[in-house]
Amino acid sequence: MISRVNFKIAKTHLLAKKKQTLVAMLGVTFGIGMYILMISFMSGFNEYLSDAMLSATPDVHLYNDIKTDYSHSILSDVYDTSKYLSVVHHPKPKDIQPNIKNPLAIVNSLKSDERVLAVSPQLTTQIFYNSGPVQINGSLQGVNIIEDAKLTSLRTKIKTGKIESLLTTSNGILMGHGLSKKLNVKVGDAVNLATPKGNSMRFRVVGTFQFGVGSIDNIRSYVNLASVQQLMGKNSQFITDINIKLKNNAQSAAMAKELKNRYHYVSEDWKTANASAMVGITVRDVMTIVVSFTLLVVAGFGIYNIMNMTIQNKLKDIAILKAQGFSAQDVRQIFLLQSITIGVLGALFGMVLGYIMSYGVYSLPFPSNEMISITRFPVTFHWYHYVFGLVFGIITTFFAGFFPSIKAGKIDPVEILRG
Amino acid sequence: MNEILSVRNLNKHFTEPEDFHVLKNINFSIQKGEFVSVVGKSGCGKSTLLYLLSTLDTNYTGEIFIGGEKVSGMKHKALAAFRNEHIGFVFQFHFLLPEFSALENVMIPAQKAGKFPLSEIKDRAYEKLKLLDMHEHAHKLSSRLSGGQAQRVAIARALINEPSIIMGDEPTGNLDSANTQTVFQILKDLSSSGKQTIITVTHDSEFAANCDRIIEMKDGEIIGDEKMR
Repeated sequence: MISRVNFKIAKTHLLAKKKQTLVAMLGVTFGIGMYILMISFMSGFNEYLSDAMLSATPDVHLYNDIKTDYSHSILSDVYDTSKYLSVVHHPKPKDIQPNIKNPLAIVNSLKSDERVLAVSPQLTTQIFYNSGPVQINGSLQGVNIIEDAKLTSLRTKIKTGKIESLLTTSNGILMGHGLSKKLNVKVGDAVNLATPKGNSMRFRVVGTFQFGVGSIDNIRSYVNLASVQQLMGKNSQFITDINIKLKNNAQSAAMAKELKNRYHYVSEDWKTANASAMVGITVRDVMTIVVSFTLLVVAGFGIYNIMNMTIQNKLKDIAILKAQGFSAQDVRQIFLLQSITIGVLGALFGMVLGYIMSYGVYSLPFPSNEMISITRFPVTFHWYHYVFGLVFGIITTFFAGFFPSIKAGKIDPVEILRG
Repeated sequence: MNEILSVRNLNKHFTEPEDFHVLKNINFSIQKGEFVSVVGKSGCGKSTLLYLLSTLDTNYTGEIFIGGEKVSGMKHKALAAFRNEHIGFVFQFHFLLPEFSALENVMIPAQKAGKFPLSEIKDRAYEKLKLLDMHEHAHKLSSRLSGGQAQRVAIARALINEPSIIMGDEPTGNLDSANTQTVFQILKDLSSSGKQTIITVTHDSEFAANCDRIIEMKDGEIIGDEKMR
């Protein structure tokens, strides 16, 4: 319950010192405005990066990691080591197959799992791209392109050509845009691929794609699964990776753990696979919050100072109000109302300012870049950033006004009235 | 006549900077409609006494009754409401709120009381200003009024809630003789109408001489209590 006369006094005080009120309000306005600009820009950038990462990374990636740990010898299983000292000099790895055993069973069982949206078995290998004098080392993914396109946003990232051409062309290849530029090849051109073991085969470019992530666009190509198996001289059951897309990618970590326990292969969720990028996102989030918080606290101190000054100037008024029957609570309300009004108005203008600045940044063209395929600065316009800014601004000003108001309420009128 | 204010065994100490017994066992009572002046030299405790009676200062021992109600020991919030309803103040300095017009200054205590709708409060405030011949300045900002005008507005403000007691702390201390005469006459008329009791602290012996009753103080004690008529 706030009495109307308290409102009236608060309003009159604010209007009597318009400049001071405006300065206090502008502090909040800039604080909130900058907060909204920063959070919109940072979250835009983070969303762009996550999107680029997610579009090229499966939710869960199941593969057979080749172990090169020879510290444990099976000799100890055969001979009693308490009797004999067994030593193996210069252990050499045998030719380990990197494939997943019985992939069809795994794929079928995954497909029947109701958390899973799509499964794409693949054969991934290191490869040398040869085109004329140019030789580039990259990676080659043998996939069923229709299945694989369900996992990634490949379909939207196609720059030239069509995904379906891979199926209709014998030995077609879908190439990263950066890679095709380095090789100087276009749709229809031929490129020679060689495996590290020396097998080679000619492919014809049917399209290029650009995920916007240099580490993919500059090295990766897609061909039909059978073509890679043929190139490597393997049978049609030879699969090295299984990529899985879930209905809800928040379950990735749990699912990855479960698959690892079930199949004993390495199973990685997208967050783990992109750990370094995730750290970048966290760092940017923290920075945004720290900087915005600082701005608002500075604005809060501004209000705190102004309120303290106002109360210092209004000691006589407070004393006479108290003599006339205003309680300490009424006096607190009068001054708290002023700082909350400054806060609410400042924050509302701050939201508008934040929107205008965000829109301004959004309209700027992004410097063209081989690695990143965007034309404008990425900026998000999420309503909850604005609501949070408003709420946070009001809370800050509330506390900035709270302590001076308490002080005003405690003022002893006798001392002041006696002069 | 009935008793409007009575004081029993009132004692007050100042503890800062050292213990000082300001008021020593004060006892007296005031009848309704009296115009009382409290006189004495500086430091005799007369202002301190007034602030105790006004309920603004609650740090004392003894009992104060106003209108039959014991105000000693009441909570601060209740005292605020009590002052609002029963006590009007006039100080040496007018203490008008500078951002408000004369009329608004008069209205504020009534708005705080909230007994009447705003339009009626406005009419009443205007009436009080008229009583003090200040209605022509009703819409002037109070910071634009002269000392005598401001003091008259302050009296109108003290009257707005029809309090039973008006307390004055040197109400004419800052005024020239013409204005002093006007203010005195206003207070005198109010008390003789029988509605209001007036208690003032004053240095002005002429002002005091014209009152109904003079209470003289010295060193925290009442040394004289004289009814003039």
